[in-house]
Amino acid sequence: MVNALRNPVTLALVLLGLVILIGSTVSIVPETRQAVIVRFGEPVRILNPYKPGENFGQTGAGPYLRIPFAEQIVWIDKRIQSVEMERQQVLSTDQLRLQVDAFARYRITNPLRMYIAAGTEQRVEDALRPILGSALRNELGKRTFAALLSAERGQVMNNIESGLNRVAKQYGAEVIDVRIKRADLPDGTPLQSAFQRMRTARQQEALTIRAQGEKQAQIIRAEADAKAAQVYAASFGKAPQFYEFYRAMQAYRRTFSKDNDSSTSIILSPNNEFLREFRGQ
Amino acid sequence: MLDDLLKRGREGFGGGGGGGGSGGGMPGGADARALWPIALAIIAILWVALTSFHRVGPQERGVVLMLGKYSRTLSPGIGLTLPSPLETVETVDVEEIRTIDIGSIAGNDENLVITGDQNIIDLAYSVRWNIKDAELYKFQIANPDTTIQEVANSAMRAVLATVSLTDALGAGRTTIEQQVEQRMQDILDGYRAGVKVQGIAIKQADPPASVNDAFKEVSAAKQTAETYLNQARAYAQQLNARAEGEAAAFDKVYEQYRLAPGVTRRRMYYETMESVLADVDKTVVETGNVTPYLPLPEIKRRAQQSAAQKGGE
Repeated sequence: MVNALRNPVTLALVLLGLVILIGSTVSIVPETRQAVIVRFGEPVRILNPYKPGENFGQTGAGPYLRIPFAEQIVWIDKRIQSVEMERQQVLSTDQLRLQVDAFARYRITNPLRMYIAAGTEQRVEDALRPILGSALRNELGKRTFAALLSAERGQVMNNIESGLNRVAKQYGAEVIDVRIKRADLPDGTPLQSAFQRMRTARQQEALTIRAQGEKQAQIIRAEADAKAAQVYAASFGKAPQFYEFYRAMQAYRRTFSKDNDSSTSIILSPNNEFLREFRGQ
Repeated sequence: MLDDLLKRGREGFGGGGGGGGSGGGMPGGADARALWPIALAIIAILWVALTSFHRVGPQERGVVLMLGKYSRTLSPGIGLTLPSPLETVETVDVEEIRTIDIGSIAGNDENLVITGDQNIIDLAYSVRWNIKDAELYKFQIANPDTTIQEVANSAMRAVLATVSLTDALGAGRTTIEQQVEQRMQDILDGYRAGVKVQGIAIKQADPPASVNDAFKEVSAAKQTAETYLNQARAYAQQLNARAEGEAAAFDKVYEQYRLAPGVTRRRMYYETMESVLADVDKTVVETGNVTPYLPLPEIKRRAQQSAAQKGGE
């Protein structure tokens, strides 16, 4: 026996056997996973189960022994996972349609329950997804469109979350939160009519701005006219007689000026005031 | 079969049951046999040295796992651990600011978001974040990067659902960014994600392309209104200046007129008449003796002449 061990090939074979044995006896459970030990189909132990508020380093992660071949290990994720809902069309109480994308985050908190009820993680997700959808539709369908958009969302989400949590518990999972990722108007008529509404609102704004501008401009002009009239009156009012004469002189110059296109012929009588001295009388 | 193999192996190595055996093609002998333990020791020492010392860069943290269990976090510098596979180290870059872009500023791709007053805007923004807590980031969430993106989406839409279109398009951007950042941080802390949101930057918040024209019309209307006002102001300035000018001129003349009314009046009359009559056709006739004759053909001819002159210019 000892001699046989001294032979390198035998040694290698023995070492290989040992490694296989250790590999199927010792399992290293990482921080990110929990494990259910199943002996001939019957779950017997849970390794590294999730405990709320525990710190990494104080968890049950680490190496574990099991009976080789008799005990199987089933891995279950310990981290927060997400289930995404397919796009849902939700009808609000005021008959407006909204397309909603939502996601829920959950964690398997009871690995044993999850193993018995669902078997695999995929099945948990498959079970939660339709329930998330229907809970969302029910809850959002009770509100008006405006309420869906506004702060009331928080309350809606809490209701959906508690509804979803009831189901999740049956699968050993716990829902951490439910959130709406997107809430859009569906393509086609609803979106187009929203665009149309935005467009008309802008057109109205544009017309109002333009009309206001016109109004302001008119007021400015009128004020200027009034101001000018006041200035004229204050000045000319001091000597109305002289203004009469002064203004007439200006008007003559302007009216008969050479700059005016039409040339003027004037027929004067010798009795004219201007020609008084002409006569030499 | 197995016996055969062993026998052949023994013959091949030529060991004949003695010693630890030398490598396949290596020359046999006592020296070769003594080399084995030394080689193994060197390999073992190298192994320990290579897997026990870990260089952690200044921007990194090393998460130490002892047989799968979190043990401690290495700070920058040279970290010492037990050799692999007892302890393993995963380094995480905690300083690097990662960026997630949501929406795009390219025209063909629209990320439509509903605002609180049920209007729709096309939004593009980016989220900057880094890892606050290496071990939480590593162990807490299944897909941290996707999670952060989803949380950003959700937070941004929730905040936009509370603001008006005007705020979203301009004035309220900073507030929105801050609110989204706060909200994201709260949600992620709720997950204990070990992530710090450094900031949100709204790169684009525009009306959707199909209503953009209407929005441009509004700014055009603002320009038009401003034009109206400018024109009116110009008119007012002009009118005012003219009124003041004329009034001032009148005042000056009147001042002089008051000193010598008779003379000034005559002077002004003659000066005006002089300049008026200097340029026009004059006919002096004694009324009563002459039949007034209005030379209409003459007037017509002159009118034609002046029209031709104008056309020639």
